[in-house]
Order: sequence, then structure tokens, then C-alpha cells
Amino acid sequence: MTAYLLKRLTIAALTLVLASMVVFAVMEILPGDPARLMLGLNASADQVEVLRNQMGLNAPLLLRYLHWVAGLLSLDFGRSYTYSVPVIDLVRERIAVSLPLALIALALSTIIAIPVGVFSASRQGRAGDTLAMGAAQLGVAVPNFWFALMLIYLFAVWLRLVPAGGFPGWSAGIWTALKSLILPAVALALPQAAILARVARSALIEVLNEDYIRTARAKGLPYRAVLWRHALRNAMIPVLTILGLQFAFLLAGTIIIENVFYLPGLGRLIFQAITQRDLIVVESIVMLLVAAVILINLLVDFSYAIVDPRLRGRQ
Amino acid sequence: MSLLEIENLSLTIGATPILKGVELTIAPGEVVGLVGESGSGKSMTALTIMQLLPHLARTEGRVIFDGIDILKATEDQMCALRGDDIGMVFQEPMTALNPVKTIGEQVAEGIRWHTKAGRAEAEERARKILDRVGLPEAKFPLSRYPHELSGGQRQRVVIAIACALKPKLLIADEPTTALDVVLQAQILDLLRDLVRENRMGLLLISHDLAVVTEMADRLTILRHGEVTEAGDTARTLSEQQHPYTRELALASMHVPARPKKHLAGSAKPLLEVDGVGRDYPSRRASLFRPAQPIRAVDDVSLTIEPAQSVALVGRSGCGKSTLARMILALDKPTAGTIRFRGEAITGKPEQALKPARRDMQVVFQDPYGSFDPRQKVEKLVAEPLHLLEKQLAKAERREMIAHALDEVGLGPRDMGKYPHEFSGGQRQRLSIARAIITRPKLVVADEPVSALDVSIRAQILDLFAELNQKLGIAYLFITHDLTVARAMADEVLVMHEGKIVERGKTGDVLDHPRSEAAQALVAAAPDLHRAIARKMQEQG
Repeated sequence: MTAYLLKRLTIAALTLVLASMVVFAVMEILPGDPARLMLGLNASADQVEVLRNQMGLNAPLLLRYLHWVAGLLSLDFGRSYTYSVPVIDLVRERIAVSLPLALIALALSTIIAIPVGVFSASRQGRAGDTLAMGAAQLGVAVPNFWFALMLIYLFAVWLRLVPAGGFPGWSAGIWTALKSLILPAVALALPQAAILARVARSALIEVLNEDYIRTARAKGLPYRAVLWRHALRNAMIPVLTILGLQFAFLLAGTIIIENVFYLPGLGRLIFQAITQRDLIVVESIVMLLVAAVILINLLVDFSYAIVDPRLRGRQ
Repeated sequence: MSLLEIENLSLTIGATPILKGVELTIAPGEVVGLVGESGSGKSMTALTIMQLLPHLARTEGRVIFDGIDILKATEDQMCALRGDDIGMVFQEPMTALNPVKTIGEQVAEGIRWHTKAGRAEAEERARKILDRVGLPEAKFPLSRYPHELSGGQRQRVVIAIACALKPKLLIADEPTTALDVVLQAQILDLLRDLVRENRMGLLLISHDLAVVTEMADRLTILRHGEVTEAGDTARTLSEQQHPYTRELALASMHVPARPKKHLAGSAKPLLEVDGVGRDYPSRRASLFRPAQPIRAVDDVSLTIEPAQSVALVGRSGCGKSTLARMILALDKPTAGTIRFRGEAITGKPEQALKPARRDMQVVFQDPYGSFDPRQKVEKLVAEPLHLLEKQLAKAERREMIAHALDEVGLGPRDMGKYPHEFSGGQRQRLSIARAIITRPKLVVADEPVSALDVSIRAQILDLFAELNQKLGIAYLFITHDLTVARAMADEVLVMHEGKIVERGKTGDVLDHPRSEAAQALVAAAPDLHRAIARKMQEQG
């Protein structure tokens, strides 16, 4: 077991290092000199050169990379060109919105998808299955911002249950803050849930045809007990894989959804930073998102070992 | 009174009739054998009794178990019966257990469900039954997972699950087909003892007439969903009143004619295996000690002469398939050399092996798994042709394929078909056609008939014999089935734990085995003649 976990941990760490190199390299290749950008169009070449030296932009590539990584590790992400504040302060403020949003959406999509998958698989080919999978097909096909707009119309404009957008901040009270995250979370979760439900269904159907399901039935367990106790745990392996992969899409989805709902999250920050060529902010957030995705996939790898004893090896 | 009474049972799935008017009775403590070829409806009869039939199945007739009409019982009633009064053991032990649950959980689960016992009590009872089926606590604690057990051990767990609550009826559907003969004998002994101890009724389903004859008091023979003959085992098999019974018995004991006997020492050897060994790295036990390699094949030497047929027999895991892979140059030996037609094939680059590969072909066990389902027969059978020296013209190629198909009893029209359009026996003919298309000198056949029904098996053995006589092909049969060795081989090699422990003329080795391993194999191998003789004595 420890050997497996150590191996996964090493792979995750290596992936992170490799990703940091790629992010750094891409930022190097991108056109646009940050020093010139900060000083504006009228600055002289000498002024730009002085600033470049100040910012360490003239140092050798490797040195700059190491300096950047060292900064990341000590949570010093540099200063934003446009906001003129440390990037870490910006991130800290925004992550308080984006992280809860992503986690709620992830939890929501799992809570919706697994029961729907079980429901469909146990009624394979019957009306309930067809209906549920039809809905899932729709969920995959319809873009999440459209869902978002429909949700705003229904719950904010018409029923007036929740605000249509904006975020009052956690200081306004947990419930008030959560209320403005509900709709965005649902809009993010629905398409994910649709994909996950389809995966859960097909994984379950495959498992239900296995010999050991027949053995469990021959023991006298009713169909439902076999489904929940024997089939579901085996079907979790592909479901977990997709869950890990989906997390990256979820993060990408926040960029759109945060814009639709005017949420001051990381997604909107990165969007603004890109349009303003605030490369140091872009770089930092991309690295943060990469780290989040790698972390989630590491957790998925660990959960494989919990679900499947064959990965743990002999004791 | 009978424990189980099946009267005029008919079963259809969709529009396909599966069973037609089946009659069967089992008394408490009685062993009834249900025999038939694949597709005859044996398993469907068992699943009808369990009411675990696929969707769209419709049944008619009466199935009375212990006074309960099973065809009219509700699902709740069936759940109460299954695993408590009726236990079932399946064919494939490797997949019959849930891989993510411990064996303790899986045995205790049924006990808890039916008796409402607490966890501790159920685990105690699970421990007892696991001890009873030969899995003692010291080596097999409840916390073991299925992947940590061998096939035979897993089948014992399945039997423990089925027998945990001392059922009145046990249904065993080909319980030993996936096991080697020694394990088969052990599992059959265990079933026999459990029947005696608990006065269980046992419905033993098998395609193997010898196994059923050894075990059963009475026989029911099924063909195309109909009972052709039923009665006491000894009488049924000694009188063989029904022609199908006779056909089955003859096919089980079939020995193909090979008028041209092979004369040993008549030519220089075709294949020489000299001191060959194969080590596999094992998991290291500690960080500081290097891992001890597992020796799968240990210092094996053998020779095969042209047109000679040699059987390599041994239990599963003895290293016979590893040896075959090395002979076929699909795996590299860690010691020794292999020479084919006087030339070493060990340590040669792939390009240099081409002539050897052309003259050395293989037939695998599973006629279902060894073909790409999306390719046509023409392409599949022609696969080895790229090994030929010259590129063939299209017409020439087709002619060779047609010829090969003709030699194995198929027609040129079969070229355009896909593998799924053939039966199991026909597919094995296809793999033989693929093997002989390059006119090889040696064919290695790894359990070539163990997945086939007895009558098909007899035909395939005839085909092997015919090709040996006509084309002078030498064979290396890899098998755990001694009847194949007896039917086909001039010489038998017995392999045990990586070593060849005995070799000699087929009759000598199989009738007078000297080594312990060979004696164990011969004693465990079911033999129809012996089994009938024994039953005749028992049943008068």
C-alpha cells in the first residue's frame, strides 16, 4: 500500500515540476514586454531597460525560472502590474469565492449523478432509463451558461429566492454568502452530473453482468442489496477516474460562470488579467489551477487504493 | 418424497425455445448428474431452479422444491430460499468472487442475511465453514481478498458460500471445468463429503461424462433442451439404450486412428531443448534483501523428432505454458538453448527467426479469444503467410487459404465470414487452418480441445491425427487432460514445479507412472471405463 501511495505521490510531484516548466516557457514565448507594458507607450528605451533590470527580466532563463519557483513555494507570487498589489493578496481574496464554488459544484454533481446512474442501470432499457439518459444527453449538450441564464430567470427574477449575481462577501454572513453561490454551483454541476451519470450507468451495467453478481444473488440477497453492496463499489473505479478528469473542466467552467454571475472569483480574475496582459497574475493563477488539478487526481489515485484491494498488494 | 421435482418444464427466451418438457427429480442425499453439450440447456435448468433467469425468459410446467412451487414463488420467497435452502456453485472460480470484498465478508454476508445473526456470530460461522472446505485460519484468515487465492482455493470459498447454511439442495454447474485434474479430484471429494454429511441433494452439471459417472447416483442426459435418457448411472451407461448416450460415451473415449506409427530414433531431432530455464523476478520482501527470482522452468531438456507427437502434461502453474512460449520464441529463456532443425533460436533477432517461425505454428486453447472479431476469415487464416520467402500473388494467396480451409474440413465460401459466424469447434478448425497454412514441421497446441464439447473434441482430435499422418506434422500438446495425451501422443513428458519429472512412451507413463507427480495426475484423472466399472459394482 505505502509503495503504491509513494509512487503516486512521486508521479504527482514530477507532473507539477513539468507543468511549472511548461507554464514558465509559455509565458516567456508570449509576445509583450511586461516592463514596456507597465511604463506605457511613451516611455523611452532607457527607462524600459532600467525597469527590466529592476524586475530581473535580464537575468538568465534558468535563474529566472528558479527565482519564480522559489517565489511560488514561499507564496510570493510577485506584484500585479495592473493592480499594483501582491498577487497573493488578489488570489487570497478570490479563492474564498472560487474554492467553495468548485467544491459545492463537485459535491452536487456527484450527489446527482450516482443515484441517477444507479436508477438508470437498474432499469436498463425501460422507460425510466430512457428518460433519465435523455435528460443526461440534454445536460451534456446544453452549455452551462445557458443553464445559468435559465436558473437566474427562474429563481432570481421570477421566484426571487436568491440574488441574480454578485457576491456580498463572507463577512455578510455564511447563509447570505452561500445563497449567492447556489445558482452558479448548480449551473456548473449540471453538465458535469450529466456526464458522470452516463459513466456511472455504463460502469454499473458492465459490473452487473459479472459472475460475482450472480454469486451474490445466489446467496439470497435481493437485487437492490446486490446493486448497492456489490456492484456500486466495483463501478466506482471508472466513476472516480472521470470525476478527477472533470475537475479540470469544472475549473475552466468557473471562468464563464463567474462572469455570468458577476462573482469576484479566480475565474474572473484570470479573465481580466488576460485581457490586460497582466502576465504575472495569469502565470500565478494558471499554476495554482494546475496544482489543484494534480492534487485532485492524486486524491483520486489514493481513493482507488481504498476501493480496490488489488492495488494495495499483498499484506 | 423428492426434494426437487421438475415436471414438464419448458423455457423460452424471447422467441427461442431453450427447454422442452424437461423432467427431473432429486431426493435428499442423492447426487443427480445433468449431462449435455454446450447449448443443451443444462445451465438454464439450474438457473430456472434458482429463478435467476435472464429477462424475457418464460417458463411453463412445474418445479416443486420442498413443497414450494418455484415457478409461482414471489421474489421475496426466492430470496429466502436462495443461499439458505438452495446453494449454487459456478464454473469460473476466478470471477465468481467480488474482488473488492474479503472472503470473510462474502461468506458471512449470506449467513447474516438469512439468520439475522450479528457480525461476530456470522464471522464465527464463516470461519467454521471455511475450515470445513479446507481453508484453515492460519493460512486463510477472513481478511484475505480473492486475488490472493488460487483458482482451486477460490472455488472452495464459493463452495463455502453455497454450503454455509447447510442447504437441502446444492446445484454445482461445471464446478471443476476450469481446474486441473488434481484440483478437480479434490473439489469433487469435498462435494461428495458435504453431501454425505448434510444429506444434501446435489445436482451436478457437467459436460464431462467421466466426472458425472464417478459422482452421480442417477443421470439425466439433455440434448437441445430435451431429456434423451434418464436413469441409474450404471445401467444407463452400461446399456446405452439411447443412441445419443452411446454417441457421448464413444466420443468421450475416442482415440483417433493413426495407422502410421512414429518410430522413435528414426531421424535426427526436429526440436532440441537443452537445459532451458526461465526465472521471473519476484516482489522483494524487504528493501535490503534482493528479491529471490521465481523459477518457472528449471533445467528442462527434451527432443521432438519429425512427425512425432509429444504430450507435455502437468498441473496448472507447473510451467508448461512458459516452456511452450520459449519454444515458440515468444519468451526468452534465462538459461539453456533451444535448437530447431539444428539451429539455435535462442538469442536471435526477430528477423533471423522468420524461417523458424514459418515452420513452427501454434494453436491456442480458446477458440473465442484468439481471433480478431473484426477481421474476415480470409485475413485471419492468411496471417502467417508474411513469413514466406516470396510475396504471393493475390490469386495464389486465395488458393492457399482455400486449400488450408479444405484440409480442416471447411469450405472456400467460409473465407468471407467473420469469426462470430462459426461455432466453437469450427473456430478451432480455423485456428488449425491458420497454423498449417505455411506447412509447418511443428505445431504447438496449448490445451487445444479443453474448451470443446466431447463430440467436437473427438472430431478435432481426428483432424490433428489426420494432419499428422498426411503432412507429417510433429506436435507438442500442452495439456492437463490425460485423455488427450492418451489419444494423441507417442510420448508423454510429465512436468512438475518447472522440472520434467518423467518421460516415456504414452502407455508406459500413463499405465505405470513412476514419479509422484505422474501418479497423482493419473490417480486424479477421471476415466470413463473405470468409473462405469466402479458404478456397476456399487449399483449392482
